[in-house]
Amino acid sequence: MAKDRLMDFDKALELFEPVLGFEVHVELNTKTKMFSAAPNGFGDAPNTNVSPVCLGLPGSLPVVNEQAVRYSISLGLALGCSIAPTSRFARKNYFYPDLAKNYQISQFDEPIAFEGQVDVELADGSIRTIPIERAHMEEDAGKLTHVGGSTGRIQGAEYSLVDYNRAGVPLVEIVTKPIFGAEHDAPELAKAYVSTIRDIVIALGISDARMERGNLRCDANVSLRPRGQEKLGTRTETKNVNSLRSVERAVRYEIQRQAVILSEGGSITQETRHWHEDTGSTSAGRPKSDADDYRYFPEPDLLPVVPSAELIEELRAALPEAPAIRRRRLKESWGYTDLEFQDVANGGLLVEVEQTIAAGATPAAARKWWTGEISRLANAAGVEAVSLISPENVAALARLVDDGTLTDKLARQVLEGVIAGEGTPEEVVEGRGLAVVSDDGALIAAIDDALAAQPDVLAKIQDGKVQAAGAVIGAVMKAMRGQADAARVRELILERAGQA
Amino acid sequence: MSEISEEQVAHLANLARIALTPEEITSLTTELDQIVDSIAKVQEVATPDVPATSHPVPLQNVFRDDVVGQTLTREQALANAPERTEDRFKVSAILGEEQ
Amino acid sequence: MSELIRKSASELSELLSSGEVSSVEVTRAHLDRIEAVDGEVAAFLHVSSDALDNARSIDERRAAGDALGPLAGIPLAVKDVLVTTDMPSTSGSRILEGYMSPFDATVVAKSRAAGLVPIGKTNMDEFAMGSSTEHSAYGPTHNPWDLDRIPGGSGGGSAAAVAAFEAPLALGSDTGGSIRQPAHVTGTVGVKPTYGGVSRYGAIALASSLDQVGPVTRTVLDAGLLHDVIGGHDPLDSTSLRDEWPSMAAAAREGAAGGALTGLRVGVVSQLSGDGFQAGVRRRYEEALALLERNGAELVEVSAPHFEYAIAAYYLILPAEASSNLAKFDSVRFGMRVSPPGGGTVEQVMSATREAGFGPEVKRRIILGTYALSAGYYDAYYGSAQKVRTLIQRDFEQAFASVDVLVSPSAPTTAFRLGEKLDDPLAMYLNDIATIPANLAGVPAMSVPIGLAPEDGLPVGLQIMAPVREDARLYRAGAALEALLLEQWGHGLLAEAPELGGK
Repeated sequence: MAKDRLMDFDKALELFEPVLGFEVHVELNTKTKMFSAAPNGFGDAPNTNVSPVCLGLPGSLPVVNEQAVRYSISLGLALGCSIAPTSRFARKNYFYPDLAKNYQISQFDEPIAFEGQVDVELADGSIRTIPIERAHMEEDAGKLTHVGGSTGRIQGAEYSLVDYNRAGVPLVEIVTKPIFGAEHDAPELAKAYVSTIRDIVIALGISDARMERGNLRCDANVSLRPRGQEKLGTRTETKNVNSLRSVERAVRYEIQRQAVILSEGGSITQETRHWHEDTGSTSAGRPKSDADDYRYFPEPDLLPVVPSAELIEELRAALPEAPAIRRRRLKESWGYTDLEFQDVANGGLLVEVEQTIAAGATPAAARKWWTGEISRLANAAGVEAVSLISPENVAALARLVDDGTLTDKLARQVLEGVIAGEGTPEEVVEGRGLAVVSDDGALIAAIDDALAAQPDVLAKIQDGKVQAAGAVIGAVMKAMRGQADAARVRELILERAGQA
Repeated sequence: MSEISEEQVAHLANLARIALTPEEITSLTTELDQIVDSIAKVQEVATPDVPATSHPVPLQNVFRDDVVGQTLTREQALANAPERTEDRFKVSAILGEEQ
Repeated sequence: MSELIRKSASELSELLSSGEVSSVEVTRAHLDRIEAVDGEVAAFLHVSSDALDNARSIDERRAAGDALGPLAGIPLAVKDVLVTTDMPSTSGSRILEGYMSPFDATVVAKSRAAGLVPIGKTNMDEFAMGSSTEHSAYGPTHNPWDLDRIPGGSGGGSAAAVAAFEAPLALGSDTGGSIRQPAHVTGTVGVKPTYGGVSRYGAIALASSLDQVGPVTRTVLDAGLLHDVIGGHDPLDSTSLRDEWPSMAAAAREGAAGGALTGLRVGVVSQLSGDGFQAGVRRRYEEALALLERNGAELVEVSAPHFEYAIAAYYLILPAEASSNLAKFDSVRFGMRVSPPGGGTVEQVMSATREAGFGPEVKRRIILGTYALSAGYYDAYYGSAQKVRTLIQRDFEQAFASVDVLVSPSAPTTAFRLGEKLDDPLAMYLNDIATIPANLAGVPAMSVPIGLAPEDGLPVGLQIMAPVREDARLYRAGAALEALLLEQWGHGLLAEAPELGGK
């Protein structure tokens, strides 16, 4: 794969106006699948959550999950959409081995929700309104594993294996209208938009919204047009963008890549592109062409969905507060400064912090852990912070620091243990034997050993050069394998040296 | 007057994943042309004011409660597979890309 | 020949409940008959090896005093389009050879629950595409009236099995006439219920918005008894109606008792008896109309101006839905797999499998349906066909505003010779001219035998159609007509069929 040449971002923006568009797929967390009573579960043994419908067995027929319809209406309302008085399912026909029937039941010209808008807040506190074209219901496909070849990717694989557990999981696809005027903020806006969708579906309680599990997936459309030109440029659709950070990077990358091609008089191929987290680049996929003939037609096995006005009003009344209002409320109740709050919000960590506080942590501790050490580890691993540790465990960790069981330094080791799958923070403390030694007797014994080993230091301290105690503290902490409260050790040293 | 071409039939066969032989493409082109000619008459009466009917007996809002029902065992699921591993269906290499 | 096989299901029901015969005896008699004549008729693709065991368990339950339904212990032939757990289900296609379903079709499950004894799976045109059963991948079925002739299609196997006394009852499926046209050419009774009246779950889909499962029998009452077993709401089929249905058997008994024709307004569809209808078919049809009139029915000429567009609309909607429904036969989860020489990609394996696994008629219709749904053609073809559907529904509504039932010959000709129309798809498609409108509109329809065409001595059927949800009306009128004809003939029409098993 030849490496793309990229134009400097600012330079690209000077020459071109970026136009964005997003298709976000949200997996709903219903108990059962969209069209069958098979469980909707993640991580189960392959091909165990399947019914004849999921496998497209001869004679099987779909039946719509009512809860999925309610969730879809709620999401449509939260996106400010109109709910269609009548909406219909349609078949999207294409062959692919993960698609059991070789058609996907989706919605085509009569989606359940249409014409909405979502307010998105950027780091500088400004609000952008993203226009929503539609939100429609559909079913997920199964999961392919490519075997053989060097990369584990599809290219060069010898064969593939199919697990249909995910086949038929309910999805809502949210499609924006073209987004103009993002300019330099385009990458940040992309991330903020997906983050907002994530906040909305979590607040609605309709999706687990774990990007690394594919609960929330974003396809980002990017096109550029020369300054002053009215006609839209050719767009690419970048798929496989599985974290908030990647959304931002992928949009930036496509702007820079397309700018080089266009500035040299080339043209952009309308195609799917794949985001590669490891290299931070996109690669060409299938060109979009006339061959994309999905032969949509109304799904004859299913009936129209005609929600009553009462149902829509019931669901509207139950909506959680709008994201912007919610942010204001959270900021006030947590007592964060503007900077602190933006730190959390821009990290896409509002929900995590909120849940951590709900689990008993102080707002300060929750913020410190999520935006600090956890984000650092997540960035290093290229994953979402929430995939590393649950809010409950963060709260437990903060509690252990608060009650003096752990020092900050020990707590970081415990965090690593939790991430490594060694259990809850309490279990890691127990398993690794990491608790602070609070027994003065043990500390004094270690201090006496250290002082005996460094008689000159004792003399200096006794001479009033109190800072010399540092050398002994170091030795004691080492002897205690870090499991001591350094401040207490210092007090005890000074006591032993008669300086307290 | 439909004038279906062999290229068109070959394209349709590709969309439908049927590896037609050249002879089949030739004969199907002729047959389809005749058939399409004779069925194109639907356009004579399908005026814009006539609504389309997709279901013969109108129903709406047919739903299922979100309650887990019976599933197949893995063995049942895989029993008819032409090729399989212990827990999954096996297919040959995929030409193309991840969806 | 055992007399048991000549009995109707309702007669067998009485013998079984009075203890005069056992289900094992009845089942064995039919298995013997299959053994004796199916080599000639080829109605069955598979004969159940469990039938006698199942019959025995019904006998035991009866002996133990269990309350059993009227059809308990009676053999049932099952069209191979319906999936069964104890017998292979192929839908007449090579691509599904040996396929074992992990679940029973709802109608099969209901039949088992009612104590019926599935005796085998019957032959059919591949995926129910055809009007002659010649498109079966497993060879044609022969008409018991003349083994050189077609038994109709797609459900030729079920009709022939019943006509040849291999089973008293059979299940069929009707997308454009696949129950009624075979009934017409074999002298049997076939009913396509109101769309949604009988569950489609487990019927291998041809065209979802047209398919309907129904009974294939020798008498109207038997059809009613079987309809009562298989009908009713099924939560697994979204298009299944929630109606409380009256007993069709009761309606048939009412009709046979006399008086049902008095004042019955019978609409004679002018578009469905003119040109293209064989003289002998028209003659028997006109006689049947006269018989109805003599017995109190009021004949009303009605016009259904859009019926002439029905075949065109049907041959757009059916292939379109079928092209999508049949996409699942891709060699991944079940069915045949053919790899091109040297292996190939999954795409090539799918294409090679479908090339080898589907017969010419299936390929023809899949390509046609793919075309009709293609970008740029949708509105002109599929979209227009769906509008024609509306117009045909309106024709029915208008007609039923002034009549109680509509009638026509069930098909334009008697059974034609095997091979006669195989190379002319358009001529084959015209066979369904009378039956298709009911599928497009979802209305119930029945074919009842009304005699033999004088020129060839082959059976002719009368089609009766009723408004949506008024299936019982078919049974009342059909049984009334049947009773009059039986009185006239002194025996059932099938008594005139040639003896089989001589060779």
